[in-house]
Amino acid sequence: MGGKIFAVLIVIIALASAVPIMNHTFLGASVTLPEDISTHGKAIDDQLSVTMKEAGISFLAAQLVLGLFVWQFANRKGATKTFPGGATAMVIVAFLFVGAEVLALGMVGSKAWGMVYFKPAASDALPVQAQAGQFAFYFRYPGPDGKFGQIHPDKIDEGNSNFFGLDPENDIPARDDITAGELVVPVGKEVNLMMHAKDVGHSFYVRELRIQQDFVPGLDLSVHFTATKIGKYEIVCTQLCGLGHYNMKSYLNVMSQEDFDKWLKSQSN
Amino acid sequence: MATILHPPQTEVERGRQLENNGAGGGFRNLAPEGGNLRRVKDPSGEPTRTGIWVGMAAIAMSFAALTSALYVREGSGYADWTHISLPPILWFNTLSLVLSSIALERARHRVATFMRGQEGTRSVPMLWLNATMLLGLVFVVGQYFAWLKLRSEGLYLPTNPNSSFFYVLTGVHVVHVLGGLGGLSRVMLKFRSATNPLRRSTLDTTSYYWHFMGLLWVYLLFILWLKL
Amino acid sequence: MSDMSVHAAVHGAPTSFIRKYVFSLDHKIIGLQYYALALVAVVTGMVLSWIMRVHLVWPNAPIPGLGALAKVGAPGGVVTPEYYLQLMTMHGTLMVFFVLTNAPFAAFGNYFLPIQIGAEDMAFPRFNMMSFWTTFVAFCILISAFFVGDGPPLSGWTGYAPLSAVGKDAGPGQGIGQSLWGISIFVFCIASLLGSLNFIATTLDLRTKGMTLSRMPIVTWAWFITSCIALLAFAVLMPACLLLILDRVTGTSFFIPAGLNVGDHIQPHQGGSPLLWQHLFWFFGHPEVYIAILPAIGIVSHILICNMRKNMLSHRVLIYCMMAIGFLSYMVWGHHMFLSGMNPFSALVFSFPTLMITIPATIMTLIWLGSLYGSNLRINSASLFCLGFISMFVSGGVSGFFLAQPSIDIYLHATYFVVGHFHMVMGVAAIMGVFAGTYFWFPKMTGRMMNETLGRWHFFLTLIGTYAIFMPFHYLGLAGNVRRYSAFQDDFLVPLIPVHKFITYAALFTGAAQLIFIANLVYSRFKGPQASPNPWECTSLEWSTPSSPPPFDNFGGQHPVVHHDPYQYGVKSSTGDYIMQTSPGPGAAS
Repeated sequence: MGGKIFAVLIVIIALASAVPIMNHTFLGASVTLPEDISTHGKAIDDQLSVTMKEAGISFLAAQLVLGLFVWQFANRKGATKTFPGGATAMVIVAFLFVGAEVLALGMVGSKAWGMVYFKPAASDALPVQAQAGQFAFYFRYPGPDGKFGQIHPDKIDEGNSNFFGLDPENDIPARDDITAGELVVPVGKEVNLMMHAKDVGHSFYVRELRIQQDFVPGLDLSVHFTATKIGKYEIVCTQLCGLGHYNMKSYLNVMSQEDFDKWLKSQSN
Repeated sequence: MATILHPPQTEVERGRQLENNGAGGGFRNLAPEGGNLRRVKDPSGEPTRTGIWVGMAAIAMSFAALTSALYVREGSGYADWTHISLPPILWFNTLSLVLSSIALERARHRVATFMRGQEGTRSVPMLWLNATMLLGLVFVVGQYFAWLKLRSEGLYLPTNPNSSFFYVLTGVHVVHVLGGLGGLSRVMLKFRSATNPLRRSTLDTTSYYWHFMGLLWVYLLFILWLKL
Repeated sequence: MSDMSVHAAVHGAPTSFIRKYVFSLDHKIIGLQYYALALVAVVTGMVLSWIMRVHLVWPNAPIPGLGALAKVGAPGGVVTPEYYLQLMTMHGTLMVFFVLTNAPFAAFGNYFLPIQIGAEDMAFPRFNMMSFWTTFVAFCILISAFFVGDGPPLSGWTGYAPLSAVGKDAGPGQGIGQSLWGISIFVFCIASLLGSLNFIATTLDLRTKGMTLSRMPIVTWAWFITSCIALLAFAVLMPACLLLILDRVTGTSFFIPAGLNVGDHIQPHQGGSPLLWQHLFWFFGHPEVYIAILPAIGIVSHILICNMRKNMLSHRVLIYCMMAIGFLSYMVWGHHMFLSGMNPFSALVFSFPTLMITIPATIMTLIWLGSLYGSNLRINSASLFCLGFISMFVSGGVSGFFLAQPSIDIYLHATYFVVGHFHMVMGVAAIMGVFAGTYFWFPKMTGRMMNETLGRWHFFLTLIGTYAIFMPFHYLGLAGNVRRYSAFQDDFLVPLIPVHKFITYAALFTGAAQLIFIANLVYSRFKGPQASPNPWECTSLEWSTPSSPPPFDNFGGQHPVVHHDPYQYGVKSSTGDYIMQTSPGPGAAS
């Protein structure tokens, strides 16, 4: 009795769990994933979809076979039988199919990874610096001179909007730096985001952009991306940074080039 | 209540071990036949031996972790990796630790001679054990002087990464050496005790551990010399 | 032979209550102590998760009684955002260290490993006692963090530096609470090292006559392999905790870089590397996953074999797979750090061994499934939990496909997908193994049977409940739901709150279902029917002891002599379809 209940239950659970996998596979990735607004995101989504298929098949197959065998052999009496092929068959299957599968996944997947991380940002990419601190993001554009001013942690003064700790009196490149509370970028233009952590570890995550990158104190990291769709998207922190972690957010504002230029101009005044 | 003691492995393996131990002229049973010590078989010898090797593996792993931490910290990209000149007393300490290992080997030999009944009194083996202990203590005190030396130069634990690692590596090592000294005093107590006799495995494993402390120190000294 | 028969006392049977049940040298009592400690920890951890779940979906609802317990963290019973993170940190730490390491490994391992190899105790009974009481001290230190200053730490069970290293500037609980956390884990490491050392020496040296390595039951192998993993893993975490404590207390800069402005204070540190902490932590942290799951794999295989009345397709291959997993576990720690800013090429280096772990895991799953074919599967609470384990292991395992690939990890890292993944494969699966072990070994540990009806209800409710909790986690993760948030305010998170409500109901329901287990445990301990010495007709040595629970020296002054491989089922013998490992009868193919 218990065996049959288990068998039925596990089949129901497996099928119910697989509904979103089916949706993703047959109705399209847009059912489960948010829309993708980046140039590299498709590679990640495709990789995810392929993995979803393979994981879904493995998941369903294993659960259904488990249910079937338990249904069939629970409380059975009589001489036991051995699965045809025995352990050797299992080992061969695992190596041939699963080994090949994961190897292929790894190989193909490393391409998508490389698109984000192996290729340096284009030389004409828009440089933007992001600073993460408890519990806000700030962004900085180098201004007409194309150079960022030095950061002085001791000069950070949020009351006077000196979020980066700039020293315009002594530091010429800092004078025309533009600081903003949200990340404004022109559509279709590569952005080279340089990441600076003010206090503890944080992370930059825009799900539509398929970008996530930690801010590591003491490490100058950068990540580059090209946004392909105009709109406003949420930037959230995904590295536990303290009590206000859930509340640490900002916006990615993708504009047309003209709007961006206008915005930049209005900011520098 | 019958208490039973672990017959390990198969009979054949076990027999082979006994044979080897007998044929090797060792002193599997430290108490002399008909001597004043209770005749003690050493059935728990093997776990003690395994245990000490496993323990040393864990200690080695800890120091490997600290060493890799040192390398990562050096390469962390911030230009605060300086150089501290090692206090010269370290060389003296090294010498005393090496000598203590030699003394312990002599002690082991002498204890065996005594246990076989070829030596009348405990005084000579005790002398060597005391020498080991003394040299070990000299090492610990010497390390303390090395720390004083650094302090006098203004190098404290948090001063710079080099001094941090110096104190951490030497400190953790000294803690382990103190454990070894504890083991040595246990050996000496047992050696003199009539009721709680010394087993060969106790002496052997203590000496393995002690030599390991010496080796570990030489390794640390090399790292300190190379990196700090 | 005279050498074999001369026995020196390791320790005699104790007579006083304290020596018998408190500071006991008996591995069986120590095993039960570990089990009890894990039970206290798991109930605490579960209550914490309830509070968290309730707070997530009803952020302003006062929780009855909590206001009095946590005046700072939950004024009026309403959980503050920081208290949520503090509960989460404590939940993770309690569950990973004091439940998942203690229950399947230290508790059952202590109780049954010596018996299964025919020894009368562990190799070092005093170390064994020390290791339990050290664990207990670690537990007390951790729990004391609830009652100091502004409460327990909030930096998560991973304690990422510099959040965990800079001190109270970083937020509530980061003062004394975080220091207590570091000390607790440090002490826990000492206990685990002592325990692992004991397990290894016991397995290698105290096997009884005829008990060759290949004749050890599969669960004994699992504990042995686990202790080898634990030995090396905790040996790395311990110095890491030391350095963390030094950074916090003495002002060194191992993990804290220069120029941090935390809480408007420039931190007096320079040059440290936050990644160093992550490397050291995950070098321990990933093997830790296998410290939790390997004993469960062993327990489940052991119990299934007995209940299938036939051996696994291959006993040896399962053991090799466990070894392979243990070995690979040391090469994959970087897959927790794909997005941490380490060299992007090393992400691929860590990704491939991670993917390769799929191979031994698949082999094991296929062997379990293939062995079920043609078996005479006996259904009882223990075997049902084994089947549940297999199901959970697969479900949690396949999501590893996604996370092992750095490209997909860009999207899924730090989302509920990860939370679902590790809760299923490490949390629920390992706990199912513990439940299976409890139902299976309870008759041996207490001399009484557990109630079968309650056991089945417990199983089915737990199976449904855990799937209802953790499957939706994956889909939340695919929608980008970020983890470790104490409230969901972002526009894209708000629509997901109904799913969270469903999960909260499921969590309350599943937690309540565990009361059935506790009631069964308590009731059966005192009122359960007397168990026969071998109620499951199992062949390994723990079922050859003269009584249940076994006498002080396990075999009543006798040495069991082993004649067979551990699992002789489906044969004709005078007793039925099985031959005990100790019986010199036929079927001794080895």
